[in-house]
Amino acid sequence: MRAVVAVIGKDTVGILAKVSGICAEYKANVMDVTQTIMQDLFAMTMLIDISKLSIDYSDFADRLKAAGTDMGLQIHVMHEDIFNSMHKI
Amino acid sequence: MLSTGDILETIKMIQEENLDIRTITMGISLLDCIDSDAKTSCDKIYEKMMRKAEKLVKTGEDIEKQYGIPIINKRISVTPISIISAASSAKGYSPVIFAKTLQKVAEGTGVNYVGGYSALVHKGFSAGDRELIDSIPEALAETSNVCSSVNIGSTKAGINMDAVALMGKIIREASEKTADNHCFGAAKIVVFCNAPEDNPFMAGAFHGVGEYDTEINVGVSGPGVVRAALKKYPDANISEIADVIKKTAFKITRMGQLVGTEASKRLGVPFGIVDLSLAPTPAVGDSVAHILEEIGLESCGAHGTTACLAMLNDAVKKGGVMASSHVGGLSGAFIPVSEDAGMIDAVNRGSLSLEKLEAMTAVCSVGLDMIVIPGDTPADTISAIIADEAAIGMVNSKTTAVRVIPAIGMKEGETLEFGGLFGSGPVMKVSPFSSSKFISRGGRIPAPLQSLKN
Repeated sequence: MRAVVAVIGKDTVGILAKVSGICAEYKANVMDVTQTIMQDLFAMTMLIDISKLSIDYSDFADRLKAAGTDMGLQIHVMHEDIFNSMHKI
Repeated sequence: MLSTGDILETIKMIQEENLDIRTITMGISLLDCIDSDAKTSCDKIYEKMMRKAEKLVKTGEDIEKQYGIPIINKRISVTPISIISAASSAKGYSPVIFAKTLQKVAEGTGVNYVGGYSALVHKGFSAGDRELIDSIPEALAETSNVCSSVNIGSTKAGINMDAVALMGKIIREASEKTADNHCFGAAKIVVFCNAPEDNPFMAGAFHGVGEYDTEINVGVSGPGVVRAALKKYPDANISEIADVIKKTAFKITRMGQLVGTEASKRLGVPFGIVDLSLAPTPAVGDSVAHILEEIGLESCGAHGTTACLAMLNDAVKKGGVMASSHVGGLSGAFIPVSEDAGMIDAVNRGSLSLEKLEAMTAVCSVGLDMIVIPGDTPADTISAIIADEAAIGMVNSKTTAVRVIPAIGMKEGETLEFGGLFGSGPVMKVSPFSSSKFISRGGRIPAPLQSLKN
């Protein structure tokens, strides 16, 4: 199972390190990372494999969300199927 | 890998434009719960519904978490209770016992609403129908999460004018019985022409007899998303606008399809339909009226409103139909006045009248919805409003409905507050001229020529 982690907010030092650190801590494998500046906002999207996740998916999502709040960022974790179904025919 | 733009677009739709799944509704057939003893029948109903819907709310919440998409309501629709209660109606029980059972299920499962305290009388009353309809005001006053609907007409059968006359009285009574609770009884009852049997939206949801034993139907929403998409094209012509709406509707509906299939898989229940609807909420930015204004009307209700709405409704269907394997229910733009911030403003500034709303219902789903009328409106006038609306549905082979709330003790210009998703409704002007003679005639409006298609 794969999920998308989307990080949106003001660019600061160590965002990638922090987010990938949490992924590593709970055994989520980072498969792809893209980052860009959109309308003055830092936006990073990560595709992660969560099939070997060591904690419950919703706890993992909450954990990342909380880390985002600490850094003044919005972090969303969503199953990749929602994007596939909305944007691909 | 997905493009960052697509990912951010989805997140923006959810975060800023109020995109959500409006409802996951589980339809449950109660045909196997019929019993000559009403108490036994209610026990069977409770047992079956609790068993089938035990995990509905939890499953909805799990899916919400996994996909990051809000699912606002989890609901249950059941076989029209008049069919179930008919077998036991001779035993001296009031059908209200069935409403109380549905309420107990709503509380036990944690769903927002249970719909189906209903009767289908489009041609005539059969055993149990009269008793059930007569008990609606009491049933709605004594329960808080049970919804009721009555189908009084269809393109095939015509309009049952005896039922129309009766429903005017029932709506008034439902409102009077709940006068100390925002007249909320009347907000939980819908009078239909051509009622769909797989509609997931309340208050009109019921589970038709031709459906699966249990099924999952999904209703999507997203007026805010459509409006935001249109905002990006201030100079587009109407053909281009229709295209933008189609593309947006496609995306919204795909999400509904995904959530519906996932819910059906997890619950082990067949997937019924996606209802392609633009369902507004009172939240700022989640309004159908604002879409029409974005297209270029100074205020909803101005001349041109019906044309804009016809285009919008059609484009939503065209975009949605390809995104889903099965489309059904009401499928179209909703125009409930009290639940749409833009509609409320339009009424308050005098640009939107009951007559204009009636014209709008000829080109969209569903009908005169969540409209507050003066508390002294006679029952016959309410019946006549129902008859007009049913005639539009009957002749155009479409679903129309009436959900009007006589605000007891209030006059035109005042506002009835419901709170929550039901919003607040300005009391609207109704015609002061009487329709009593017409309504008192009774009988049936014969089915129109368009019913003879064979």
